[in-house]
Formats: sequence, C-alpha cells, structure tokens
Amino acid sequence: MKIPLIYNIRSVLHRPTTSLATALGIAFVVLTFVGMLALANGFRSAMISTGRPDNVMLLRQGADSEISSGISREHASIVRSLPEVAKLPDGRPIASADAYVVVAKPRLDGSETHMPVRGVSPEVFELRDEIRIIEGRSFEPGHAEVIVGRGLVGRMSDVEIGATIRFGQQDFTVVGHFEADGSAFESEVWGDAEMLMSAFRGPVYQSVTVRLADPNAFDALVARIEGDPRLQLQAKRESEFFAEQAQFLGSTLEFIAFFVTIVMSIGAVFGAINTMDAMVAARAREIAVLQTLGFQRRSVLASFLVEALVIALAGGVLGCLLALPINGIETSTMNWQSFGELTFAFRVSPKILLQGMIFAAVMGLIGGFLPARRAAKQGLAAGMRRG
Amino acid sequence: MTRATLVRANLGRHKRRTILTVLGLGIALFLFVTLQTFLHTLRSIGDIGSETHLVVTNKLGIVFPLPMAYRARLQAMEGVESVGYASWFGGIYQDPSNFFANFAVDPEYLAMYPEIVVSPEHREAFMADRTGAIVGVRLMERFGWQVGQTVTLQGTIYPGNHDFTIRGVYSAGRKGFDETSLFFHHRYLEEIARGQGMDGVVGWYVLKVTDPNQAAAIAQAVDEAYENSASPTRAQTEKAFNLSFIGMYGNIGFFLNAIGMAVVFAILMVSANTMAMSARERFSEIAVLKTLGFTDGDVLRIVVAEAAWIVGLGLALGLGGAVLLFNVMDFDMGGFAPGLSVSPGVALGAIGIGLLIATASAAIPAMQAARLKVTDALRYVA
Repeated sequence: MKIPLIYNIRSVLHRPTTSLATALGIAFVVLTFVGMLALANGFRSAMISTGRPDNVMLLRQGADSEISSGISREHASIVRSLPEVAKLPDGRPIASADAYVVVAKPRLDGSETHMPVRGVSPEVFELRDEIRIIEGRSFEPGHAEVIVGRGLVGRMSDVEIGATIRFGQQDFTVVGHFEADGSAFESEVWGDAEMLMSAFRGPVYQSVTVRLADPNAFDALVARIEGDPRLQLQAKRESEFFAEQAQFLGSTLEFIAFFVTIVMSIGAVFGAINTMDAMVAARAREIAVLQTLGFQRRSVLASFLVEALVIALAGGVLGCLLALPINGIETSTMNWQSFGELTFAFRVSPKILLQGMIFAAVMGLIGGFLPARRAAKQGLAAGMRRG
Repeated sequence: MTRATLVRANLGRHKRRTILTVLGLGIALFLFVTLQTFLHTLRSIGDIGSETHLVVTNKLGIVFPLPMAYRARLQAMEGVESVGYASWFGGIYQDPSNFFANFAVDPEYLAMYPEIVVSPEHREAFMADRTGAIVGVRLMERFGWQVGQTVTLQGTIYPGNHDFTIRGVYSAGRKGFDETSLFFHHRYLEEIARGQGMDGVVGWYVLKVTDPNQAAAIAQAVDEAYENSASPTRAQTEKAFNLSFIGMYGNIGFFLNAIGMAVVFAILMVSANTMAMSARERFSEIAVLKTLGFTDGDVLRIVVAEAAWIVGLGLALGLGGAVLLFNVMDFDMGGFAPGLSVSPGVALGAIGIGLLIATASAAIPAMQAARLKVTDALRYVA
C-alpha cells in the first residue's frame, strides 16, 4: 500500500526550518547552475542570432575571423556580380563589402577594450534588414559619419549622438543609434566603407556578404567561387560564421558553469543527506507507527524518497525564481575570436530552467536515498522505544 | 573521562553526519579556493609585466601593425637600451580547437625575456635554422611533440601551410609565466609576408629602458615622435599593457565570482546548520554533564572543540586539496588554466571563512547550552 503524498507534504511543512535549510542549499546550487548557463547562453545567442542563413559571407581562404581576412576591391566586385546574388529592382546587388577593424577604446568604467568598427556598402540595410535606427538618422555615404549599435551606448565613451570619434587622423560624427535584434551587430560602429577604409587600412575589405537570390543556391555559389581561379575565398552562411565565432568563449563559460555546479551539487547532496538523516532519526516513532499500521518497508522507502523529492523540487523552483531577475542583465566582454567587444544579456531560457529542475530532482533523489533506506530498515520495536 | 574523549565520542556517534559535514565543508572551501585562485592568477598577469619594458603598439589597437622602419629611430632614442619586435602569426595546428599562441620574434626580443629559459644548445640550434621554432614545454606535452620534428601551421593572416622545425624547448623561469607558446624567427615571417605583399611591418615593439623611472617619459617621447605619422604609436609599460588585456574581459569574472560565492556561502550555511543541529540534539546530555559537575566553560569548550575539529578537517581537505592539486601537482584543468597556484592571501581567506563557520555554528548552541537550566534541559525533547 502506498503512503499518500499529502503525508509527505504535511511532514515537510511541519518542520519548516529543517526543510527550508535543505531546500535553500539546493536552491542556491540551482541558482548558480541557471545563472552561469544563462551567461553562456546569452553570449552564444547574441552571436548565433547574428546574420541570416540566406546571406553568404566570404572571407579570404584560411582566415578564421574577419580581422585576419583581406579581400581586394577587384575580388569584391567579382563576387557582387555573380548570378547567384540577389538583386534590387534597380539592378544593384544585395551585398555589402565590409571594411572591419577593431579599435582600442576605453569603456566608461575605465577598462579598455577593442570596439568593432564596420564600414559597409549602401545596400547593407537591404542585406541585413534587422538593422533599425532607434535614434537620430543613418550615416550619409561619402560623409565622415557613423552610427553606433545600442550595445555600445552607455558602455563606451564618445558614442552619444553628436559626439566625435577619432579614427586615425580623421574625425567621425555619431549621427544615430541602431538596434539589431540583440545580435552582435549591436556592439558595432557602422559607417561608409569608403570613408572608414581611408581612415584605417587602406583599400582592402575584410569580408563580402551577399544575399542568395535562391536560398537553396548556397552550394551552387560555393562551387562557383571555388571553381574561379581568380578568387582565393571561402564561403560560409553568415549565421554560421557568427555562431562559430562564439565557440571558444561559449564553451569556456559552459565549462566553468558545469565545473562549479557539479562540485557544489556534491556539497548540497551531503547537506541534504544530513538533514534528511536527522529528520529520519527524529521521526523514529512515527515510522514505527506507519509500520504498525501495515505499511511495508518498500512503501516507507518510497515515501521518504518522495519527501526528499518534494524538498528538492521546492528548492529547484526557488532557485529558478531567484535566477529569473538576472534575465536581461547586460554585460560586455572581449570576444577574442572576433577580437571585438560584445555586449550581451543573461538569457534564462525554459530549457535551462528545465535542466535546473532536473538537476534539483537528481540531487533530491541521491540525497534522499540513504536516509530513506535507513528509515525503511528501522526495526519496529527499536522505533517504538526511541524518540 | 577527559574532555578530549567526550569530543571524540561525540564526533564518532553520528559518523555519517560527521563525515558528510566535513566533506561538504571541504568541497565548499575547495571551490572557494579554486575560484579565487583562478581570478587571482588572471589578475596577477599584470604583475608579471615588467616596469623596465615598454610595449609600443599602433595607437588604433593591436591588430594594426607598425612599420618596421620605426626600429632604428626607437633604438636611437635616449634611455632605450635595446629594441625587440614581434608579430602575431595566428597559425592553426590541424584544427582551430587546438588553439595556441604563435609569434614571430627577433633575436633581441627573446634576449629581453630571461623568463624564457632555453638551454644553450637549443638556442644555438634554433638560431642556426631559418625555419626553427622554440616551443613551450607544456605545448610540447600537449601534442606529444619531439625536438627536431616539423610541424605545419595553417596561416590565418598569412594564407597557406607553413612548416616549422622544433629546435628548442623553453620553460618558464618564473611560476605563472606562459609555457604554451611557439616562437619562430621574424625573418622567416618576413619571407612569408613578402610573397603576399604584407611585409615591412611588425606587430609590436618592446623597448628595454635603462632606468625604470624614465619609462613614462620615454613612452611619452615615443608617442610624440610618431603623433603625426601615418601610424601613430601607443607606448606603455608592459605591466599596463598586460593589465589592459585583462581589463578587456570586463566584469564577466565578477559575475562568475559573485554567483560562485553565493553557492559557497549557501553550502557553508547548510554545514553550519547541521553542526548547530547536532549540538541542539544533545541538550539533555549537556544537562547530565552539568549535573556531574562540568562547568559552563567546560561545556562551551566541548562544543567549540567539536566545531573546530569539523572545520579543521574540512579546511585540511578543501584548502589542502587545492594546494596539493595546483601548487604541488600543477593541475591545469586539461590545459584550460595553466599556472594556477594558491596564494597565501587566498589560503588565509579560506582559513578566515573556516574560523567564521566554526564560531557561528558553535556560538549559539554553546551559549544556549551554557545558560541551560538542568531541570529544563532534562525535560527537553530533541
């Protein structure tokens, strides 16, 4: 016969301090787990949400980031005119040849970072249609003007509208702020490629991105580019390229998250065993009564396991609730792979919360097993004598 | 029966509880020490930087090169003892996930770093080979490389496959100095770059100054000299340069630390709670002790001694384990974090937390026990 669940719930509520201490231990482990994974997830999703799968990005053969790449004007114009590239009604290709650099600039807190600056072609707003000006206006081609992603605003100096940023020997005026669906572009400064090239590296692009006329033509475009002896370029889907740029820091953060939580969960399990053990000892007489009433050892074991699970799940829910407010908190770091500053927000996803709950349940079951077995094994007479 | 016997008997009564409490504390303290050591090591990279070395980079940022022609003028500047230069190569060994640092350096650069310890034979063999390389001992171990072996790196900045012959192994002359890099001749890089129209530049210069007190003035003189050129410079002490690198991580370390510490704190609370629980359970026993003539002070000492034992063992496990792992066994988390070493400050911090836990968990029950009236306590049901 099964011992009803309400018995366990009442029992948990009857000992609020002990139950709470155990639940809190588990809650904090879940909080860490969710918090750290939300950091890793936020970083990854900022990079992964960057770019579209039907945009194709071209870098020089062998380059592992835009920084290490270089594409001549001549090659850029060959790529733009390929038949797989989508065209605007007026015949201009939907493509942008980007001059990408990172510039050493201080954050507002005084620490230094490398601010990504991207010179783009006029067609870029058709190519990357997630870009929206949220304040001010866009830059005019041919003018020393830039727009700044919202991820940099409030974090870097000299990015307010009307401010002047000096690049090399030339001053650029900030004329607008833009957003880009939380993607990595929001941590960039954009301006006219021609103007920025002359301020930085001279007439070399770092990447060329084109829109596929037919989303299924990716392989055809790759084959054409690889078959062209003039072009020493490699092609990737734009979304894939940015996702790859998150690989290193993303896995590092995940490694730290798992290392810390696994070590901590062992400590929390020990704490749970201790409190459950004490609870079992204090309830020796109660257990004996259950046995007298005819409940079998198996039922007693199951009942105490359920009780541990109830406490653990309560802890899990509490941990998840405590973790929710960190969702959306923004931070920024240097992504060494792309070599630029990236602003991103903690992102608590349903998947992470579910993982946290599963984690709590596992801790509860492991922590509850030994005490539950002790309860089930207790002799009837011994139990009656104690307490 | 002595007090020590009582303490031992009490600790042994709930063996499982004592062991688990000690282990729980040990784990929390181990994690505290590991997290702090990790952050401390990261921060101390700044301390490794020398005050007598100036790093000169392009003012726009380190991805922008400087003309090689600057060398002669820098060398001629007052107070500059020697000039070395280096360039980031960015080669990939087989797969991008095998990432390690690889630089082209000139002989002067290597001479400036006594921390890069190479045997005279290796140094000679390296100098004699145009495509020779010197490799850090940890990197050798990581890939199982042998001296004399040829390794091929795929260029990311300089397209194509490039061969290097390992002519020497270096080890760090100081703990914490990197042992995972590959250095090769800058002349060889220039050969590669010439074929691709990228020659005539270097990544950064390092100046050794004769008098560290003059470093700031020399840095300023360098920057002024190139202020209006096509490639303005930024000169700073190596220490400041390293610190600015660490700063680029932003407050991510702070977040990880804060979250980690929250949990360490929680586990410590749970442990303290368990210890206090143990003490509370024995009120009636304490009453018996008092009846037998034990003074309040005796009872207090017994409770405190128990807490001290548990915390002491937890510290031995957590702190001792971390010291053994990082300082003695040189564990680097599979190459993820080389050069970790528990500093005295971090160790003291752990001991301080231990003392706090021992006090907090012993104080309340000890005080209650000492104040206890025998008649009340005998009536008390745990």
